[in-house]
Amino acid sequence: MSVPQTVSDSRELPPPVQKQTWTKARIAGVALLCLWGLASLGIALFLVSSWNPELFQRYAPQYLSGLWITVQLVAISVVVGAALAVPIALGRRSDNRVVSAAAYGYVYFFRGTPLIAQVFLVYYGLGSFRPELQAVGLWGFFREAWYCALFAFTLNTSAYQAEILRGAIENVGRGQWEAASALGLSRLQTLRKIIIPQAATVALRPLGNEVVLMLKGSAIVAIITVYDLMGETRRAYARTFDFQTYVWAALIYLGLVEILRMAVDRIERRLTRHLRR
Amino acid sequence: MDGILTLVNFGPEGWGDDIAAGVLVTVSLALATLPFGLAVGFALSLAKTSQDATLRLAANIYTTIFRGLPELLTLFLVFYGAQIAIQQLAQMTGRSSGIEINAFVAGMVALGAVFSAYSSEVFVSAFRAIPQGQYEGAYAIGLSRGRTMRLVILPQLIRLALPGLSNLWLILLKETALVSVIGLSDILRQAGIAARVTREAFLFFGVACLLYLVLALLSSVVLSTIERRVSVGGVMR
Repeated sequence: MSVPQTVSDSRELPPPVQKQTWTKARIAGVALLCLWGLASLGIALFLVSSWNPELFQRYAPQYLSGLWITVQLVAISVVVGAALAVPIALGRRSDNRVVSAAAYGYVYFFRGTPLIAQVFLVYYGLGSFRPELQAVGLWGFFREAWYCALFAFTLNTSAYQAEILRGAIENVGRGQWEAASALGLSRLQTLRKIIIPQAATVALRPLGNEVVLMLKGSAIVAIITVYDLMGETRRAYARTFDFQTYVWAALIYLGLVEILRMAVDRIERRLTRHLRR
Repeated sequence: MDGILTLVNFGPEGWGDDIAAGVLVTVSLALATLPFGLAVGFALSLAKTSQDATLRLAANIYTTIFRGLPELLTLFLVFYGAQIAIQQLAQMTGRSSGIEINAFVAGMVALGAVFSAYSSEVFVSAFRAIPQGQYEGAYAIGLSRGRTMRLVILPQLIRLALPGLSNLWLILLKETALVSVIGLSDILRQAGIAARVTREAFLFFGVACLLYLVLALLSSVVLSTIERRVSVGGVMR
């Protein structure tokens, strides 16, 4: 066996560029990383030094139940909101001026006002219509802070999701519709087999962002006395005046958001696997 | 109907002046946060587009934290955290702390941190949209790094980043509502007080929502004017 000889003529090559190892950027970067390291060390030390098994035993189950409430709230409102988003997105694309104006107004209202104001409007505001609501039998629903939060969140996310959906559908070219109808596919078949698979790749990232935004936004239900993760944190802080309650909540929220982000990345890689080489 | 008009009107009977003061607080908080958030966001984007991996990592950690935390939690962390830090400091120096953390400043810091994390991403994508040839051309005609940034890159960067930044401004305007929770008398808090006193919750929270809508509408008018101004003389690519 003969090993092929590779001829390398190093004399012809220019001398390798001397890399500056300690540029200003490197110094700044290392300094900032040290700062982050110190900050996380400080937080870790703070958590260790203020470790209190009694406190942990008392509040860990409450944090877990709060976490479960948060997850439920986000999951239900995102799923129901997605179902509501379809007719709203279709309404936005409708040729009927009245329908499209109404859908536009809905979307503009929910995207233009703070979520917390919407929650207050539902929770405190609808109380003004108590007799009317009692007459229709809906008072039992709107009396509970939990249902009010769910209601406001669902409407809010449906407006955002409708815009994402509309953008994604409009992103698919007209030619796709025309080609599908030339092949004799019905409108529904076209939507299901041609448009939605293409729109899904476009919509996935904004949808993932919307779920993250809902998760972060869900913290405000604590103010209307729903004991989600934030609500439990506030309660624990009010009882103990121990700052670590907030630090734990921050760590849990950060973990949740990172898990969501990674999941979206995974799904995106799966959906766009035909685009990669 | 007359009763409602009196309630939202100005004057001793109405709540108009209180709510107008709330509008002023909301707008000034958002305006005060903006330059601070933009400056930090721009610096972060420079770090993120840097050639150095450590600098990029340091900036990315910042973004991950402030994009991942709920805004309300960030606000509480700043508000209570700063209070505790000051108390500890006062204990260490042996003085009693008479210092109260201002809700306005706490709001500014928390919202500014969140705004800068998001705006850095906008700046980064704007930087990526500027072709390398622009830098090379500027260096070729002998501009220094600083002048290249100021005279060649920044004017294009602003044009590219403006749509994203307008969006972030509208988000910031809405997020200021959270500061009502720590006691700043913004639109939402004033509306809440009026609602509790008059027992007309739907009316006053509805007015608050409408005011936010009006602010959003006004800002989009102003922003689209700026966008048109900036894109004058722009090259169509």
